[in-house]
Amino acid sequence: MTATVTTGTRATEAWHGFAGTPWRERSEMGVPPAEGWGSVDVRGFIQANYTPYEGDASFLTGPTDRTRAVWEKVSALFPEERSRGVLDIDTKTPSTITSHAPGYIDRERELIVGLQTDAPLKRAIMPNGGLRMVENSLKAYGYEPDPFVTRVFGTYRKTHNDGVFDAYTPEMRAARKAGIITGLPDAYGRGRIIGDYRRVALYGTDRLIEAKKAERALLDACASSTEVIRDREELAEQTRALGELTRMATSYGCDVSRPAATAHEAVQWLYLGYLAAVKEQNGAAMSLGRTSTFLDVYLQRDLDEGVLDESRAQELIDDFVIKLRIVRFLRTPEYDALFSGDPTWVTESIGGMGEDGRTLVTRTSFRFLQTLYNLGPAPEPNLTVLWSPQLPCAFKEFCTQVSIDTSAVQYESDDLMRPRTGDDTAIACCVSAMQVGRQMQFFGARVNLAKALLYAVNGGRDEMTGEQVAPEMPALTGEYLDYDELAAAYDRVLDWLARTYVNALNVIHYMHDKYAYERIEMALHDYPVHRFMACGIAGLSVASDSLSAVKYARVKVFRDATGLAVDFRTEGDFPAYGNNDDRADSIAVGLVESFMAKVRQYPTYRNAEHTQSVLTITSNVVYGKHTGNTPDGRRTGVPFAPGANPMNGRDRHGVAASMLSVAKLPYEQARDGISLTTNITPEGLGHRPEERAGHLVGILDAYMAAGGFHMNVNVLDRSTLQDAMEHPDKYPDLTIRVSGYAVNFVRLTREQQLDVISRTFHGSL
Amino acid sequence: MSTVRAVTTGRIHSWDLSTGVDGPGTRFVLFVSGCPLRCLYCANPDTWHMRDGREATVDEVMAEIEKYRAFITIAGGGVTLTGGEPLLQSAFSSEILRRCKEAGLHTALDTSGFLGARATDELLADTDLVLLDIKSFDLTTYRHLTGGALAPTLNFATRLDRLGVRMWIRYVLVPGWTDDAESVDGLADFVAGLGSVDRVDILPFHKLGAAKYEALGVPFPLRDSPVPTPELVERVRQQFRAHGLSAY
Repeated sequence: MTATVTTGTRATEAWHGFAGTPWRERSEMGVPPAEGWGSVDVRGFIQANYTPYEGDASFLTGPTDRTRAVWEKVSALFPEERSRGVLDIDTKTPSTITSHAPGYIDRERELIVGLQTDAPLKRAIMPNGGLRMVENSLKAYGYEPDPFVTRVFGTYRKTHNDGVFDAYTPEMRAARKAGIITGLPDAYGRGRIIGDYRRVALYGTDRLIEAKKAERALLDACASSTEVIRDREELAEQTRALGELTRMATSYGCDVSRPAATAHEAVQWLYLGYLAAVKEQNGAAMSLGRTSTFLDVYLQRDLDEGVLDESRAQELIDDFVIKLRIVRFLRTPEYDALFSGDPTWVTESIGGMGEDGRTLVTRTSFRFLQTLYNLGPAPEPNLTVLWSPQLPCAFKEFCTQVSIDTSAVQYESDDLMRPRTGDDTAIACCVSAMQVGRQMQFFGARVNLAKALLYAVNGGRDEMTGEQVAPEMPALTGEYLDYDELAAAYDRVLDWLARTYVNALNVIHYMHDKYAYERIEMALHDYPVHRFMACGIAGLSVASDSLSAVKYARVKVFRDATGLAVDFRTEGDFPAYGNNDDRADSIAVGLVESFMAKVRQYPTYRNAEHTQSVLTITSNVVYGKHTGNTPDGRRTGVPFAPGANPMNGRDRHGVAASMLSVAKLPYEQARDGISLTTNITPEGLGHRPEERAGHLVGILDAYMAAGGFHMNVNVLDRSTLQDAMEHPDKYPDLTIRVSGYAVNFVRLTREQQLDVISRTFHGSL
Repeated sequence: MSTVRAVTTGRIHSWDLSTGVDGPGTRFVLFVSGCPLRCLYCANPDTWHMRDGREATVDEVMAEIEKYRAFITIAGGGVTLTGGEPLLQSAFSSEILRRCKEAGLHTALDTSGFLGARATDELLADTDLVLLDIKSFDLTTYRHLTGGALAPTLNFATRLDRLGVRMWIRYVLVPGWTDDAESVDGLADFVAGLGSVDRVDILPFHKLGAAKYEALGVPFPLRDSPVPTPELVERVRQQFRAHGLSAY
């Protein structure tokens, strides 16, 4: 209807009532945008227009009949999906932004439209990441791979996975196979890239294409070096992807070439931008960004103009969240076992404080959290509150009450992130801070620090197989482990590990850019983008407790006939990480610092900035399964503690003590995030139910003031979980947080369920 | 043993951090060893004897508390002395309470009141809140349940009220022992007469200490007693509320 109107006029109409000018200005073709925020400046728009909200939750509304009907219609499909693993798969159509006809849950009732395929929960194939992953997934769920797809991606079109294995070295393969480097995104989409989907709503794709062309023009004068050619090609792909987004939106009757003119359009445009990304990429984590306060500007304008009421505002957010809850990818059952269920990490970052001291909490921050009541608890979207003790009290109490009621919120320290990545930071995946639209990361999974310690004892041989994985080095031969000897050997192993690891990641990301480039997500970033190389470590508490045992007690070694150390006996007590005891905690701190320093020694692909995380998600179970007896007394196969958690059961002085241990880990040396999962029984937050939300506020304030970065809060009791194991049908919605992520408890394997239960419950028992 | 030494060292069982169950907010809870009573439902039989605790100096304890000072201050909590019976080592407890007050921390004393006479006025001046466990309001039941007399506890409660020391009354509800309606009413009536009582916590009896008895090779007298039903807990709360008290 507005096809004949020029972009400028359409923008003027769409932006009526908005304040501020720099965010409106366009950059000239071939002229670099001004220093600081570019011509596409969503943060500038938010800052100039948002309305901080310091009030309480009393304005919120419940689900309307319409919302209930839509949600019930799609949830009715969940039981069948759960029992079969997938509801349906389109095996024939490799997914692109425009590959599928429009799909609907309930065309009459839906306010926000758009599905990944032509039907809800029908999964698409995305073979660019790797054909084998697609074929294995299809077979696992009883589908036949399509011969045409197999021919195209097996013969004519190389995949990311093929490329990686062409360039891996034997050493990398061995390290990967042994499980000392694990979870590498070498056979599937790397994910963890957040497109700034808000840009679609604020500017429309015409303007974004224009800006991309301007960025591209900057390169015209440059000599055609490898880097410049690659950048030109990528910018061309980005521009093309924006065009595809426009066409896909048109199929849903939405003209996203122009800016969104209403709140309804803003939510819809933003979602279509996100939808384009999840149609094109099966990324490990497909996070949403920081959208609530952006959308609040539109909702507030429409509310002020009387064209929207609160109930409708909430409906728009509820409907949007329904869509985010049904994002699905085709993955193998093994992948799901590793990550517990079927995760997509549609992380939405909520709240936080602005650099000017105003809170970034708005009514829509509340509305997002309210979806957990209106639609019931769920792990997706991964609602993440950027916490600061400075947040408005009423918002803090609402967040903690939602936590107590649903266990479906995670918290990250706004005060640690804001000085480093600014006040338009969002979390990618679980704990990775990114400046939205300006920074991205190369996801690097993690290395197994506990296994590396055993390699140090065994001269580089794997304790499970006896194979020489790391280069041969002298094994420790004493009857008892000597701390200095072990520390020196460990240092050598970690040197090797860091080198092998960074080099393997370079291979992976080179190939991912080449064969499975995130066109639309990168189109919603500035050029040039800041890249992080996101390394990670697992088994921190096992490794540091093992070192503590050797240092403060005596650890006797038991070897098999080949001289391989296969068991240990600890004589005497040793301080364990997680009790706010510096003797043990300083070992963990030292490991974080030293591995980060080692990683930094090796150059990265595209000069990405080295970072690391202390995060396992739920893969701590699998890492434990593949790691032998450790000197801390942990038995072979027993799960590690998740993330940066103290080892299960070794934190003996309550939740505050373990929090203070974790808070000692230096964020500066783990900028990709440090994850703590806390299980608290309701009684553990206070005898009086009415006091619990306030107590949890106090705990979060105190933890973050102490330098803590991240916390999952599970408020539940052991008997609830045990009952849920026996009667999963009674608890379809039981959500628990595990290390940076929330999952449906009943979707966990039995082994993972037992692990969750055996974790320390900080009840006042 | 010199007086100085008596004040600077004591015997402690352990310490812990808890939230909302040992006084307001998140608190550093020091379990002091030794108790003159032998309550049948005791959940901490490992704290009965001073000899089972380990010696600790006041400085040592304060150094540990110091590691949590910022946390418990921000979280809105404090320090709670419990046990065992902290008034068994009243000089030691008094010194810790004094040092905590000097450090600006909120202080609470969890006691049966049986040794209330050992609490000096100075000790009470350094105590922001007394968590007073009144085990029963029936003289005979009290003696059977605890092995001690009720009168010292009631005298202590009256003294605390006179001194204006804030109190939370704690009442462990054990079916067959402390659920007698008449006795509960009597207690509620007595407590309602104490102006400095802020609230009453009804603590449902639990058997989570059973494993400790096993480890100590001591029989757990209430092993086979049932835990109270939610209805019973609510009934007892209502009895206190009927006397104008805040009961949870």
